[in-house]
Amino acid sequence: MAEKQYDWGAIAKNPKFVELHRKKTTFLVGWWVFSTVFYFLLPIGAAYAPSLFKIKVLGRINFGYLFALSQFFVSWGIAMYYAHVANKDFDRLTRELVEELK
Amino acid sequence: MRKWIAGITLALSLGSFAFAEEPAKTTAAPGAPVAVSAPAAASAPAATAPAATTDAAKAATPAPAPEGKKLKANPMVTIPIFLIIIAVTMSVVVWSAKRTKSAADFYTAGGGITGTQNGWAIAGDYMSAASFLGISGIISLYGYDGFMYSVGWLVAYITVLLIVAEPCRNAGKYTLGDILSFRTEPKPVRAVAALSTVTVSTFYLTAQMVGAGKLMQLLIGIPYKFAIIGVGILMVGYVVFGGMTATTWVQIIKAGLLMSGAFLLSILVAAKSGFSPFQFFNDIATSSNIIEHVQKTVLKDPIAVAGFDYGQRFLEPGLFLKQPLDQISLGMALVLGTAGMPHILMRFFTVPTAQAARKSVIVAMFIIGFFYILTTLLGFGAALHVTPQAVSKVGKGGNMAAMMLAQQLGGDISPFIGDLLLAFLCAVAFATILAVVSGLVLAASAAIAHDIYVNVIKDGHADQHEQVMAARVTSLCVGAAGIVIGIAAENQNVAHLVALAFAVASSGNLPVVVMSLFWRKMNTAGVISGLVVGTVAAIALVMVSPNMTYPKKIAADAQKVVTVLEKKQADGAVLTEKEMKDLDKARADYEKNKDGKSMLGLDKPLFALKNPGIISIPLGFIAAIVGCLAFPSRRAEEMFDEIYVRQNTGIGMAKAIDH
Repeated sequence: MAEKQYDWGAIAKNPKFVELHRKKTTFLVGWWVFSTVFYFLLPIGAAYAPSLFKIKVLGRINFGYLFALSQFFVSWGIAMYYAHVANKDFDRLTRELVEELK
Repeated sequence: MRKWIAGITLALSLGSFAFAEEPAKTTAAPGAPVAVSAPAAASAPAATAPAATTDAAKAATPAPAPEGKKLKANPMVTIPIFLIIIAVTMSVVVWSAKRTKSAADFYTAGGGITGTQNGWAIAGDYMSAASFLGISGIISLYGYDGFMYSVGWLVAYITVLLIVAEPCRNAGKYTLGDILSFRTEPKPVRAVAALSTVTVSTFYLTAQMVGAGKLMQLLIGIPYKFAIIGVGILMVGYVVFGGMTATTWVQIIKAGLLMSGAFLLSILVAAKSGFSPFQFFNDIATSSNIIEHVQKTVLKDPIAVAGFDYGQRFLEPGLFLKQPLDQISLGMALVLGTAGMPHILMRFFTVPTAQAARKSVIVAMFIIGFFYILTTLLGFGAALHVTPQAVSKVGKGGNMAAMMLAQQLGGDISPFIGDLLLAFLCAVAFATILAVVSGLVLAASAAIAHDIYVNVIKDGHADQHEQVMAARVTSLCVGAAGIVIGIAAENQNVAHLVALAFAVASSGNLPVVVMSLFWRKMNTAGVISGLVVGTVAAIALVMVSPNMTYPKKIAADAQKVVTVLEKKQADGAVLTEKEMKDLDKARADYEKNKDGKSMLGLDKPLFALKNPGIISIPLGFIAAIVGCLAFPSRRAEEMFDEIYVRQNTGIGMAKAIDH
């Protein structure tokens, strides 16, 4: 277990790390809050705005059904977008930081 | 030592086999199926039981629906399929047992699972028989609300993806305790974390085991005890010998089976409506059976309100979920609880990198989401083609809707295909149960063996051999305990246990995990107070909630039935045979329950919601914060930089994999 000893405090102050964690925090908190709010609109809406959920949009298919279905696509969308940003930005910054520490 | 365990397991399985054979010899009807061959039987107690005791059990247990149509799987088709599944999973176990040498192999498959494989395994770990059968059942009886209910189970993964998956991969090793003890006093924190893991797993496992027993009893007619013992032995076999590698592959196989079953059935449903969603919804809204069901059974309008579209009402919210606060509370428990489930967290330690962890959540989200969309088709399809009336007669809460749909739609092609599809879905349910319980046993064993035995009792001084041995012995004990609890809980009300598991995970585990990873001031006192307060609050609120059985309430309901029927009698009407039976039953229920009290000696619930999350989650967070601020720790604050850098970047992670 001859490990390289890192100076964690120094890494935490490294500008690359600061940039990484700022970007990550903004992204993660923002999208988490968005998805949570969007999700809770479903039970809240169904309970307190049933007339909206009953509006027929396509034939017999109503707004409530489409809204519930949209939850799936929004969740997938956020997941894909996160993967895209993480693979592109976060991983790149992490790699650069690790390179710098070698 | 390994031979010793093998011996015990073999003895156990042979013992139960002999046990299962006994009633068959004495009571089997002349025409009892003879499909059991000796070699297959010895290795597969769970499957021999159905063959040998089908007729005996049918005679012994009351049929689920005396006057409705019966759901009975054809054993000649079901047993071969069960045997194939058992044979395939057992060969996976043999293969993975050879590869399981170190503790890392046992707990995390040596970190050698790919992102895609892990994604399938997460899906397999997560989609329980309850969600597959239960949600399609709710949809078949109550329409839209069942679909709405399913949404939260997917959205929960956004929290897993964004907040816990990658940090846990980067900062963790085998268990929840590893993450929490990083910058705290390891011994007390590990002990409390292990206790919490075992609590959550036990609740979830008990619900699954009881569900498994009931399901197998209903589907293939084996007695409850044998079903539990059979499932239990297979589950112990997978975990003890194959560890994480075997558990992962059982979960992957199960997810594959479940998806293909759901997909196949959805195609058949869609074909009936010409693959047109408009036609499909039109069929639902104009089905005379659904209209009658919504009017008479759900909305209880004896005479149809003129101009009210009862068919369309089935597609609108509010038929099943009538307590919005409860709904929101459950949503909170799901969204935060999934990310605090120890058996889900543990899956992220099996992949080599944060990128793989990320990929695995995304793969899992697509599988799980797609599955719930298919479940909608199955639920509505069952309402349309099996009819809600028929569904509600077989199995409580419409649990058998998907099974009945399989038999019906397959039977429309030919009776044999109907049997085959039903048998396939039974096998899927069986595989589903095995995959979920194995994951839970592994998570609970890891907490006991790795956190308590190796790190608390042995101070972390245990060689690989001893660690693996400890893990195996613990899994054996946990599995045996699971079997015993499963049998003991046969007649208990376990419906609240899944909600309870999520409530504890969201109120106890999640706050401390998130704060350990993201908050500088988090320390030993915070972890312990957060875990303890969150867990206790969730359990206590459920104990006084409407989930428990309140005999006075049952007595009051029985009293109402008695009053109505006696009034009818007094008015001179002659009661039908069924009404007379109802009257006798209601009188008996009233007498039995009128002086009873709930488990905690209450007459009625103290807390109105079934899901405690809305109260217990904030309590968990507050307790953790108060604990930290009351007993600040300099060391924990100083070490924050380390865990924060590690969880964000994965620097130093190789160490976490190696030792």
